Amino acid sequence: MRWQFSNELPIYSQLIEQIKVGVVSGMFPPGERLPSVRDLATEAGVNPNTMQRAMTELERDGLVYSQRTAGRFVTEDKVMIENAKRDLAQHHIHAFLAAMFRLGFQRDEIASLLQQQTQEEGLSNVDSGM
Amino acid sequence: MSILECKDLSKNYGHAPALDHVSFTVEPGHIVGLLGPNGSGKTTLIKLANGLLTPSEGSITICGMAPGKNTCAAVSYLPERTAIPTWMSAAQLLDFYGDFYADFRRDAAEEMLHHLNIQPKQRIKQMSKGTREKVQLIMVMSRAAKLYLLDEPIGGVDPATRDYILSTIIGNYNPEGAVVISTHLIADVEKVLDEVVFINQGRLVLRSSVDEIREEKGMSVDALFREVFKC
Repeated sequence: MRWQFSNELPIYSQLIEQIKVGVVSGMFPPGERLPSVRDLATEAGVNPNTMQRAMTELERDGLVYSQRTAGRFVTEDKVMIENAKRDLAQHHIHAFLAAMFRLGFQRDEIASLLQQQTQEEGLSNVDSGM
Repeated sequence: MSILECKDLSKNYGHAPALDHVSFTVEPGHIVGLLGPNGSGKTTLIKLANGLLTPSEGSITICGMAPGKNTCAAVSYLPERTAIPTWMSAAQLLDFYGDFYADFRRDAAEEMLHHLNIQPKQRIKQMSKGTREKVQLIMVMSRAAKLYLLDEPIGGVDPATRDYILSTIIGNYNPEGAVVISTHLIADVEKVLDEVVFINQGRLVLRSSVDEIREEKGMSVDALFREVFKC
């Protein structure tokens, strides 16, 4: 997994988002055991307490769960993973729309541009790049 | 109990104050960044914690004890300059640390040296500057210490070596202990820190958690540092 961090947001919230992406994209498949907090922190190059905080929040949301001795696992609830996927998509769409409005586009223009672009990409079969 | 506690700590060199009534604590399990421009008092503070200097006023304690024989056994110190005997081989260095420190985890150190492709017979003298710094850090982090005092651990090494050093710190510190990292290379270290302590001209100017700064100010610690210490 490639971890990347921006300067404006708290690190724990960026960790939550990136782990969610990992779960949604199948990098961490449903029911799979996650590496230990310290191993994940070392891999991401972050403070282990910050990683712990991210895990605690993901647990509270139900996307991961811990079993006292066996470790921490990704949920097997497919609906929950699908919802997380929708949430992430919403997030990206809002950011995209905000950027397009800043450029001065209207809603209908954005929609037609988007349609045009996806048709072109459909032809050249461009990978999503996730 | 706090791992490190400074109370009204002052240190003067002649008439010049290097530290001016500094008070803060470092709690178990935390990695704290001691951040400030050159000449702000970072190294003085670390030397006081080691007992290499004595306070002019106030106090500094480690696990409730004044720096001395007992605290040296609990403190693992990485000095600003490489201080390992260069005539030794890697194997001799392992013996040396094993003899000196009861908490030295030789297996861990051997594994890390092996990972760097350092042969037991290889002499420190024959290693590059970057490798020497890595070897010294491995020795320091292989102790199950209560307090790790790291003075500029990433100064003067390339970005890949910085990443190696930081991941070695995260992967090896004793979770019941605490780590203090002094540096002015903030962008590189801020992700590994719980908290930061800003000092300037011997005075404590800010103490906060990294994510608090990002949450409340919407900027990185590096950006805040540039703002606070703007020349």
